[in-house]
Amino acid sequence: MDRTHLLNELWQYQLKFGFISDKAISRISKKLNVSIVEIESVITFYHFFHQKPTGEYIIYLNNSIISDIKGYEAVKAAFEKETGCTFNEDGDKEFSLFDTSCIGMSDQEPAALINFLPFTDLTPNKVKHIIASLKNGENLEDLASKTKSKIQYHPEGEKAIIFRPYEMGKSIEEGLKFTPEEIVNKISKAKLLGLGGAFFPVGYKWNSCKNNEADTKYIICNADEGEPGTFKDRALFQYLPGLVIEGMILAGYATGAKEGIIYLRAEYQYFKDKIEDVLSVFRKANLLGENILGVKDFDFEIRIQLGAGSYVCGAASALIESLEGRRGEPPVRFWSATKHGFRHKPTVVNNVETLAYASRIIELGEDHFLSMGTEESPGTKLLSISGDVAKPGIYEIEFGTSIIDLLGIEMSQATSPYFIQVSGPSGECVNNTEFNRRICKEDIMCGGSFMVFNRTRDILNILRNFMEFFKEESCGVCTPCRAGNYILTEKVKKMQRGLSSQEDIEEIKQWGKIIKLSSRCGLGKSSPNSLIYAVDKFKDYFNLKIPPTNEFLNVEFDMEDAVQEFDSFIKDTQT
Amino acid sequence: MTNIVNITIDGKKYKAQKGKNLVNVAKENGLYIPTLCHFREVDPPLGTCRICTVEVDGKTTSGCTTKVYEGMNVEINNPELLNTRKAIIEMLFAEGNHFCPSCEKSGNCDMQNLGYDMGITVSRFPHVYSKKLVDFTSDRMIMESNRCILCKRCVEEIKTKDGKDVFSFVKRGVGTRVQIDYEEEAKLTDEEALYAMSICPVGAILVKGIAYEQPFGKRKYDKGGNSKQVLINEKLKRKSKDGKFVVATTSLAGCFGCHMSLLDINTELLDVLEIVEFNKSPLTDIKKFSKQCDIGLVEGGCANSENIEVLKEFRKKCDILVVFGECAIMGGIPAMRNFISLKECLEEAYINGLTTELGANVIPNHEDIPKMLDKVYPCNEIVKVDYFIPGCPPNANHIWKVIKNILLEEEYSITHEEFKYD
Repeated sequence: MDRTHLLNELWQYQLKFGFISDKAISRISKKLNVSIVEIESVITFYHFFHQKPTGEYIIYLNNSIISDIKGYEAVKAAFEKETGCTFNEDGDKEFSLFDTSCIGMSDQEPAALINFLPFTDLTPNKVKHIIASLKNGENLEDLASKTKSKIQYHPEGEKAIIFRPYEMGKSIEEGLKFTPEEIVNKISKAKLLGLGGAFFPVGYKWNSCKNNEADTKYIICNADEGEPGTFKDRALFQYLPGLVIEGMILAGYATGAKEGIIYLRAEYQYFKDKIEDVLSVFRKANLLGENILGVKDFDFEIRIQLGAGSYVCGAASALIESLEGRRGEPPVRFWSATKHGFRHKPTVVNNVETLAYASRIIELGEDHFLSMGTEESPGTKLLSISGDVAKPGIYEIEFGTSIIDLLGIEMSQATSPYFIQVSGPSGECVNNTEFNRRICKEDIMCGGSFMVFNRTRDILNILRNFMEFFKEESCGVCTPCRAGNYILTEKVKKMQRGLSSQEDIEEIKQWGKIIKLSSRCGLGKSSPNSLIYAVDKFKDYFNLKIPPTNEFLNVEFDMEDAVQEFDSFIKDTQT
Repeated sequence: MTNIVNITIDGKKYKAQKGKNLVNVAKENGLYIPTLCHFREVDPPLGTCRICTVEVDGKTTSGCTTKVYEGMNVEINNPELLNTRKAIIEMLFAEGNHFCPSCEKSGNCDMQNLGYDMGITVSRFPHVYSKKLVDFTSDRMIMESNRCILCKRCVEEIKTKDGKDVFSFVKRGVGTRVQIDYEEEAKLTDEEALYAMSICPVGAILVKGIAYEQPFGKRKYDKGGNSKQVLINEKLKRKSKDGKFVVATTSLAGCFGCHMSLLDINTELLDVLEIVEFNKSPLTDIKKFSKQCDIGLVEGGCANSENIEVLKEFRKKCDILVVFGECAIMGGIPAMRNFISLKECLEEAYINGLTTELGANVIPNHEDIPKMLDKVYPCNEIVKVDYFIPGCPPNANHIWKVIKNILLEEEYSITHEEFKYD
């Protein structure tokens, strides 16, 4: 067996038996001729693989901050009450309950996946109904929610780039009029940026892959949309899967790659079959396969690889590790993926949205794209807006749109916005003096997640949720990210308990800086951002949280809390 | 020759072989970049511990994952990098359970040595008191995950003859630990098992039965020390003519070992007494503060409510607070109960233990008896501490020199011989 099939092999056991038994592990390890512990190392890295038996229904409840403010606690309690199980334990024969990081449903929170089918806008009553129906033996699929997000805004008429009528194969037909060289030039000229959050120039990537000679090359569509608060890639796959696929085919044409892989996050597997259907339609129309549209030797095939629950795999280098059947640890590399990527071959890894835009640029021409947006970031961008707004959903906005416009009556209709998180937990928070800032390369970039919090939300609660997320999702390999994020989480918890001083604020900044300086990959380099920004941008809030400094005693020690365990134990022994 | 490149390190120019690892290039040129995970040149480098963080052309990165190229400008030792490096070691100390006095690897431990090297007396980060698995399952080896710093050396280096991994990372995030493959481990020769223990930079991988074979004091990083006796400075004597310096001492959750060490300067103690007057202290048996003191010396961490009160009182009554000994700084031996619930500890001690009386069912409690805290806290998590003297116990000369220099307001550099945690 080829190691690259490991994740699929593990999925087969997981989906069939609800867990991966020691026997199965032993069998797989023999097939791959590796030690048992090496297989275990992969299984334990991914959130959705289990080594202990799980119930017939595995419920993953999203614990992101948006879920939290929309009623996560009550829903969680309802699940526990109705099933009689406890979260994050093995559960019983019927049910197993687990927390999970953002499942890309922030406009419909609280949301959960039950056997990987979506259940959204949950309330305790709804949970009661769902669990009762399942106990009655009703069909899970009939109970599941529709998850298409509302497209709340796009530019009028001709100006819309993504959300305009789609005609299958149009961009490929248009693209085949040009040489691969010309395609790369068009993308470069349009200044298209990687829209997953890194904003790396796409033309440069394609060109570099094109120029690296190799017998095999790969195009990977990064559909591991894990940044909490973003759901635009899901919407794209649900509304315009063809556009994304055409982007991959064009990338293949431009770079000489013949194989495409969609790395689909496990949370989105409920529309995997639909993408497969689209792929067959493409094959029938000779848009995939051999000699595409009659162009000799232009072959391209696409397969879907399912992820298994890991945020860090959204980073291209970790994603490739995962595709190769290993732990999703961002590797130490001396090469870019476009030289030695998947299977050590030249590889382009592009985000879903990036590929969709690439299709449209070829279809509509780069001049149309360049006529919108800003000098450094032309065109439009998809945002997923959620939180305290009247109209959560998908927004196609022109680059250069200001935050105040996004919050305004024409768009999301936010109610007394106070704390805006741009680009998710790894991004930057914005206070009300900065609402005139614009979403563009020249000012503040946004990968897609745009979370709005109003004045009633507690900032420390938001920050704690972010830090817990990083603590959970750190791959654990490098010291600053693994230990540092844990230590910062504990700090935030302490502040929440009212045990903090001005010194803690200084320490957050200093420690955060150390983590950023010395971490190995982007996760650690960006994880303390929100915390560092927040203590400066929301001084008034933090001043209220900090008691006046006491010259000698650290005020942070809570004696009552420290003796509580003893007291309650003694009380128990005396009754 | 084309494969020789010119590079600049901390402002000085060097020649090096192109593509070579920066840590090794620095070493060849007599420059030291501390590392923990890097033990030999492997490809790709492990790059896990991040202690070798340096600045290359203005960008911070790890030295062990950097290959040298023509014209590169490297900074190894600017204040920010030194601080970052120190912080990472402190993070490792805070994240795991590194109780040197009770560790088999003490003296052979790379991390302990780096701790000395960087002059770490206390971790700026609060201790996490890790509760990871200690795995005794293998017939030959012990894997103490609470000491493991996840450097990945063993994962990289120890393989069976047919190339299979013996050690591997499992789980992720803070839960990440190294797991032994028992089946493959059994295939290793005894030499290979010993090699695994020796490349472990801490005391995480141990081979049963031989961990103490090499005596303490004769280990890799032990130096035979001839410590000099304390000589009371003339200047100090003059300064104290108009009144002696007032010192108070106490032992909280400690073993009084540090106090014993205080007396270890023998007759020099008489000189000390010429300039120092003890107030509240077990040495004088004075129970209550009678005046404000210049220096307070505290041994031991805080295990109960009385410890907290005494410590807070010391903070108030002493201008300068010095804590000494491992227990005061990181909880030490008493803090080993932090991995077990208080309930279990008390039941073991008073009800279920082998030495308790049959039918015992009372856990001592009375309003006059201090209450046990949920865990043992280091002193600096309760009050602000001015100086830390690590050691178990700290060397007597070292303690008095620190005190002398504090009183004299002079800077004091510590010799390696005097400065030991264990």
